[in-house]
Amino acid sequence: MIQEEKEPIISLRGIVKSYGSAEATTYALRGVDLDIKQGEFVAIMGPSGSGKSTVMNIIGGLDTFNSGEYNFGGVDIGSLSLDQKTLLRRNYIGFIFQGFNLLGKTTAIENVELPLLYRGFSAHDRSEMAMNALRSVGLEKVSHHTPGQLSGGQQQRVAIARAIVTDPFILLADEPTGNLDTVKGKEIMELLSSFNKEKGLTIVMVTHEDEMAAYASRIIRFRDGKIDNSVHTKIVQ
Amino acid sequence: MIQNAFFLALREIRRSAMRSMLTTLGIVIGIASVIAMVMLGDATTAYITQSISKLGTNMLMVIPGQERKGVPSSSLMAKKFTHNDIEAIKKEVANIRGAAPVGSTMIRAVYGNQNYSTTIEGTDNDYFIVKDWVFASGRNFSEIELRSGKAVCVIGESVKKELYKDQDPIGTSLRLENFSCEVIGLLESKGAAMFGMDQDDVIIAPIRMFQRRISGNQDISRIMLSASSAEVIESAKASTIALLQERRRIGLTQEDDFFVHDMREMVQTLSSTTKMLTILLGAVAAISLLVGGIGIMNIMLVSVTERTREIGIRLAIGALEREVLLQFLIEAVVLSSLGGIIGIALGIGVGVGTTIYFDLPLIFNTSIIFIAFLFSTCVGIIFGYFPAQKAARLNPIDALRHE
Repeated sequence: MIQEEKEPIISLRGIVKSYGSAEATTYALRGVDLDIKQGEFVAIMGPSGSGKSTVMNIIGGLDTFNSGEYNFGGVDIGSLSLDQKTLLRRNYIGFIFQGFNLLGKTTAIENVELPLLYRGFSAHDRSEMAMNALRSVGLEKVSHHTPGQLSGGQQQRVAIARAIVTDPFILLADEPTGNLDTVKGKEIMELLSSFNKEKGLTIVMVTHEDEMAAYASRIIRFRDGKIDNSVHTKIVQ
Repeated sequence: MIQNAFFLALREIRRSAMRSMLTTLGIVIGIASVIAMVMLGDATTAYITQSISKLGTNMLMVIPGQERKGVPSSSLMAKKFTHNDIEAIKKEVANIRGAAPVGSTMIRAVYGNQNYSTTIEGTDNDYFIVKDWVFASGRNFSEIELRSGKAVCVIGESVKKELYKDQDPIGTSLRLENFSCEVIGLLESKGAAMFGMDQDDVIIAPIRMFQRRISGNQDISRIMLSASSAEVIESAKASTIALLQERRRIGLTQEDDFFVHDMREMVQTLSSTTKMLTILLGAVAAISLLVGGIGIMNIMLVSVTERTREIGIRLAIGALEREVLLQFLIEAVVLSSLGGIIGIALGIGVGVGTTIYFDLPLIFNTSIIFIAFLFSTCVGIIFGYFPAQKAARLNPIDALRHE
């Protein structure tokens, strides 16, 4: 499962992201170099406006950048079209958001099935895979509840199930515990941590809570659009 | 991909049933009114055609004078026809079933203590052939009665009702002005023809009797002809014109002093008028379809705004722009087609109900039903495209932040 340590699956070099034009330009990222290896659990921290969410969006192929190079598993992302980036997300990346972002009025299992639908799985395969994913987050009993009938922690676990159901290369989590209390937040972190350890799932997580970042194997701090420091908290297995 | 989009679209429609129903209402009403209007228009056209054909099939009417719409003044001045003209037509014009001289006027008929004002038509037995008229009881004129102009008459159903009520008129003596006339026949009812003209409101007598006792001259003011089939009307008409031109000595440079009126022309004129009306009504109804389409666009746009976050999620987890576009487009098309189907059912219901209520013939125009369905689908595509495109072009990052 674990690759050679020297081969990062994500490699950012001199990434610059700016908004506006000419004199009114504001920089979100001012040249970011970042490598993420297979099996790592990286926490990105920093004050708001430091560029941590932007770098996350760029890694996820949701946002563009002005200059620099981004290499994802050997693919030059900067040269991809919009549709190609979408296919990259569809096939290799799982997302978890702060606000859970589940479809309302839609049952947990239907939410989890959603990415499988776009991948073209049959109805039978979809429900089987979705059920397995729900089981792995401990929600098989509420598979037919809608988000409105679930607690915040349960909703986030449905979101995790949706992110991992496609067996992605990398899981991107944007403040996954931001809307949860500490107890629920820690449950979520335990879950993510277990996926990282047991399945070797690469996770990149943005957070501003040290307590949550402590679960990661490496903490990267952003300040003013640049990486301030990068600290390994644990040795990657 | 299309299968997926259909699946998603149908699920979404089911989920917001109330909104979907309201969205389609415009289309339902639009399609229903188009169908009902066209059905009613077709029924009216068929009704008019039918009632004109009741006047007689393949009928030609020869009138002295030049063609003037509705004004008989010139026919008063022009030379009338004679018995010899009728004989000549019967002998020389091919493809006719009959030729009847007709002279008519208003008359007061009295029987017992009842008196009734009606039309008397002087003619011969060809009249019944030309008009396809069957006797309910009694008989037609005999040769002797016709030649001598005996005071006998055949009456229509309305005259019988007015004067005789339930009594049998055959053999009775009817008083017309200053002479009396034996009733020898009763005609079957033809029912009211167009313009509320009651065809049964008539007394028919031998032409010679009419001339001697009523008009006081030998003139024949009209000739009624019937071609043996629809295909030969033109040739019968042409040879009648040629014959009369010769008999009335009309030179090549002169204008005819008579006119042959073709009943089919009347049918065509009238049915083209009602067809025009049908198109007009249909067009008005089609405008309501346009309004329905705008309604769909409106609700779809609201729906896109409402579902911005959902669209963001879909785009983020790997839905292609065209997949989102297709989903929303199919939603619009399914809604409008569904509205079309309901509208067609409703329109047929209203159309059938109205035609039955007004006692009109039931005409099913399958092409308009097909066109209406196609149109409703097109409305969905046209008015659904813009909102769908708007949905597909959303930036996933902004869409996910949308509250």
